[in-house]
Amino acid sequence: MPRLTADRHHRVRFTLNGRPVEGDAEPRMLLTDFLRHVLGQTGTHVGCEHGVCGACTVEIDGAPARACLMLAVQADGMTLRTVEGLAPEPGRLSVLQDAFRRHHALQCGFCTPGILMSLDIYLRGHASPTEAEVRDFLSGHLCRCTGYVPVVAAALDAAAKLREAAGDA
Amino acid sequence: MKPARFDYVRAETLAEAHAVLASEGGDAIVIAGGQSLVPLLSMRMARPGVLVDIMHVADLGGIVIKDDAIRVGATVRQAQLLAWPELAAHQPLLALALPFIGHAQTRARGTVCGSAALADPSAEIPLALVALGGEIELSAAAGKRQLAAKEFFNGLMSTSRNDDELIEAVHFPRTRPGDGYAFIEFARRHGDFAIVACAAMADAQGVRLAVGGVADFPTARDFGPLDGAALDEAIEDFAFDLEARDDLHANAAYRRELVRQLGRKTIDEARRCRV
Ligand SMILES: Cc1cc2nc3c(=O)[nH]c(=O)nc-3n(C[C@@H](O)[C@H](O)[C@H](O)COP(=O)(O)OP(=O)(O)OC[C@H]3O[C@@H](n4cnc5c(N)ncnc54)[C@H](O)[C@@H]3O)c2cc1C
Ligand code: FES
Ligand code: FES
Repeated sequence: MPRLTADRHHRVRFTLNGRPVEGDAEPRMLLTDFLRHVLGQTGTHVGCEHGVCGACTVEIDGAPARACLMLAVQADGMTLRTVEGLAPEPGRLSVLQDAFRRHHALQCGFCTPGILMSLDIYLRGHASPTEAEVRDFLSGHLCRCTGYVPVVAAALDAAAKLREAAGDA
Repeated sequence: MKPARFDYVRAETLAEAHAVLASEGGDAIVIAGGQSLVPLLSMRMARPGVLVDIMHVADLGGIVIKDDAIRVGATVRQAQLLAWPELAAHQPLLALALPFIGHAQTRARGTVCGSAALADPSAEIPLALVALGGEIELSAAAGKRQLAAKEFFNGLMSTSRNDDELIEAVHFPRTRPGDGYAFIEFARRHGDFAIVACAAMADAQGVRLAVGGVADFPTARDFGPLDGAALDEAIEDFAFDLEARDDLHANAAYRRELVRQLGRKTIDEARRCRV
């Protein structure tokens, strides 16, 4: 592959929430800044910018990842999902989002996009998690408002609703 | 909190990665999972001229069972090794220690070899390599070599890897019938770097304890068949020999006390786990 030089912008293309997107980035541009400033997708939040808080968590090739710990050029060719891709249609929340609303699992909402992305991925692979497993998984996210109790309740509730839906199908 | 400028090369072959590392001297560095390097770039504690992304090199992947070891290639992520169904059967210590590395969200991207390359004194993978007597497989355009873990880790976040070398794989010795393992880590919160981490391995000959988070790099000592008060005394000597220092997280005396208490507990548990 050719060398992407430091002083130029380079074309970056990937799939975002099912659609092909592209934009220009210097090699040093973080994926968070590319999503927010180049693509205008501001649902992904930026807290600590060094991997600790989890606010910037997105899905990359099926797994959760800190967008602030990735360069935009690294994401070239990959498949990404962000919080903008969770709702099935405008005006309708996903099962997980709806559980967050009902359980008051967000207050200021700063941490919420990252937590939603993490849990959305987790519940796909773990249909019946225990409370302890959810808490262990949530250790990768900081929330200064909720005290986590409603977040855990929402996650367990969403898991139950998703199991029901799968059983009906 | 934004990185300084650098060039980026996404290597597609091992030869390409070797060539860039060889031609730039120390100015080119590898990026693997990026979970430690990107924060260092953002804080400008690392200012390389070129980043060589090795994650798209096909022949650097794979978990391979060898005669007496598990070979883990450079692009294997921590989550991938942890999810490997045969992990506990081939090396129980890894199954015990890997869940303590950061969080699911960082393990999904961070690599096993990247952790060895970083050589953080508190990190679980370097500790497991030292405890088990593992090996590090290095390669460069000029050739390959394989080093024992205790020769590889040689200082605070420092290893005997040359600038033109990359870690191609690490080798974790496989468990043998009758071996027992235990791992105990103390940190402020789950997912934080360890203040003290202990790994113990017991077999018919005796027991070995390896400690992370205290000295500049993980350190192991064999205690043979020692038990009771004699073992406590020997661990006490070990705790002092590690030359703990004070820092923001804990003072030296506290770290020594953790080594005494947790070290003994880890050894006892490894002995109980012998079958
Ligand atoms: C919130 C958070 C918590 C964490 N907690 C822990 C923890 O508890 N324990 C722990 O051990 N780690 C922890 N880490 C760090 C861990 O996640 C990293 O994955 C690991 O330290 C580095 O692996 P990497 O693949 O991400 O390497 P990178 O970040 O890509 O690289 C790290 C360094 O290694 C070099 N390097 C990488 N791969 C190679 C190679 N194959 N050959 C030569 N050089 C190479 C790079 O040049 C760089 O200098 C944490 C990280 C975060 C963000
Ligand atoms: S902004 Fe990425 S983890 Fe905090
Ligand atoms: S809702 Fe405010 S930080 Fe979580």
